[in-house]
Amino acid sequence: MVIESKAADLAGRSETRRETATADQTTWTGPHLLDVDTLSRDEILLILETAEGMEEVLHRRVARTPALRGVTVVNLFYEASTRTRASFELAGKVLGADVINVSGNGSSVEKGESLIDTVQTLKAIGADVIVMRHPSAGAPYLAARNANAHVINAGDGWHAHPTQALLDAYTLSKAFGKREGKATGTLEGKRILIVGDVQHSRVARSNIWALTTLGASVTLVGPRTLMPRGLETEPEAGQTQGLPQVEVDDDLDRAIVGADAVMALRIQTERMRSAMLPSLREYASRYQIDATRLAKATKGAPLLHPGPMNQGIEVAADVAHGPQSEVERQVQHGVAVRMAALYLLARTGE
Amino acid sequence: MTRASNSSAENGNGTRNASGGDRRFVPTPAARERQVVMDADAIRRALVRIAHEILEHHADVSRLVLVGMRTRGVPLGERIAEAILRFEGVTVATGALDISLHRDDLSMREFPPTVHPSDLPESLDDRVIVLLDDVLFTGRSIRAALDALIDYGRPAAIELAVLVDRGHRELPIRPDYVGKNLPTQRSDVVEVLLTETDDIDAVVVRAGVEKDGLKTESDPSSTAATERRGRGS
Repeated sequence: MVIESKAADLAGRSETRRETATADQTTWTGPHLLDVDTLSRDEILLILETAEGMEEVLHRRVARTPALRGVTVVNLFYEASTRTRASFELAGKVLGADVINVSGNGSSVEKGESLIDTVQTLKAIGADVIVMRHPSAGAPYLAARNANAHVINAGDGWHAHPTQALLDAYTLSKAFGKREGKATGTLEGKRILIVGDVQHSRVARSNIWALTTLGASVTLVGPRTLMPRGLETEPEAGQTQGLPQVEVDDDLDRAIVGADAVMALRIQTERMRSAMLPSLREYASRYQIDATRLAKATKGAPLLHPGPMNQGIEVAADVAHGPQSEVERQVQHGVAVRMAALYLLARTGE
Repeated sequence: MTRASNSSAENGNGTRNASGGDRRFVPTPAARERQVVMDADAIRRALVRIAHEILEHHADVSRLVLVGMRTRGVPLGERIAEAILRFEGVTVATGALDISLHRDDLSMREFPPTVHPSDLPESLDDRVIVLLDDVLFTGRSIRAALDALIDYGRPAAIELAVLVDRGHRELPIRPDYVGKNLPTQRSDVVEVLLTETDDIDAVVVRAGVEKDGLKTESDPSSTAATERRGRGS
């Protein structure tokens, strides 16, 4: 009798635990990764947790697993890229996928093939995942609607660059964790500065979504001419495309005091022509992250930059390679985060 | 064992099957739907015995690495390492291995298993690895683990220790150390609960349900969840 009731008790417990496990299990929902704005907090955390496991794989002597064996990943790049394309390629290969690179130059795109035709052709030759960079905002959405394949946005115009935002969140979580003596730290309640040309930055846009979804508060810093319009005003009725609540400040020396992390954006020199910036020198004097300014942030605050970096403009050379710089780690984390994205997308059943 | 005796439910009323890890025949649990086949004492004795067997087989303990397969193999490895420390006064290296990316059923699952980092010594070259899992069933997880381990180096040898061997192998894999041989029906569910992960030490068997003359698992709802419970495969 005693044994009976004990068995029932134990079985009961395991029953309860089973239900909890199922309920707790975060799963990946969307077939594509087009931006961060559609991701829930749990989905972002699932990517970051998965990336943790992927980063360990990269440190193995033989960094290759069979997880995506038989999966074909196509990198379709209509715009220049070194780190993003290389890290997607490596991510796919480490997971055992076949990776094909197609660039806008030298492909049928030059013969006038439409985007829809191109993605359908890629699907026909067996693409399971299409990683796409395009100069026009929204192009990956068009591809996602027309290709029966998973689409990952690797940057579209000024709009979004979700994997960059996710790797930045991952880098911040690791950096905060290190300061607290743990493997990973939370972004909850942290104040993060995004400095520079926010208006033309898809990195900034996706980061605003990722960071605020994870509970951080974001302050955008830069000349007013380089800030997205409409941030200070309430969105009009029926308008849903606005960005989440952020602070805006045009005085870096004021905003950086007590910041938990600083993210500098690349100043795109091609913007200079459009007279949005009077001169690079003036920009550097007001918005360059240098040692004096970084010292006003919280102690050991991580410094991020999505690259490629214009040293001496956005960031002073000494802090760019200083102890607080996460720039190199961002590149390494990029591979792990992109492995996580490929794995979750390609291995979630249709 | 250190953590095993904290639950009053286990003390002083050993179950009929609490024979500890011997290799005698134990009747299948078909008679009852749910059955505790090992309690905390039985698990403790089985692990102590495995620790002794490992010591008998290996004169040079310094080359050993006890590698637990996530999730429940990891605490098993730590407990055996504790026992070896107690008996011999030497600390054996331990590690944790995640096999998610090496599974052979990734393309058949609805959701991919969550990937966690493995945690292994710097080099596995010329080390003798004792791989630990809670339940040995089809052998497919072990196949995945062997593949994963080879990516870290070239061990001198790999051995296998399991708390429960429930039979029904689908691959040519056999364990070197067994806590308990447990004849089961293929449809039975064997769950290992450990204090580190489940707040209690026990091995529970739940019989498969007879349905139209066919046996199915009593809870087929979620394979992923079942595996998180420690159902061996």
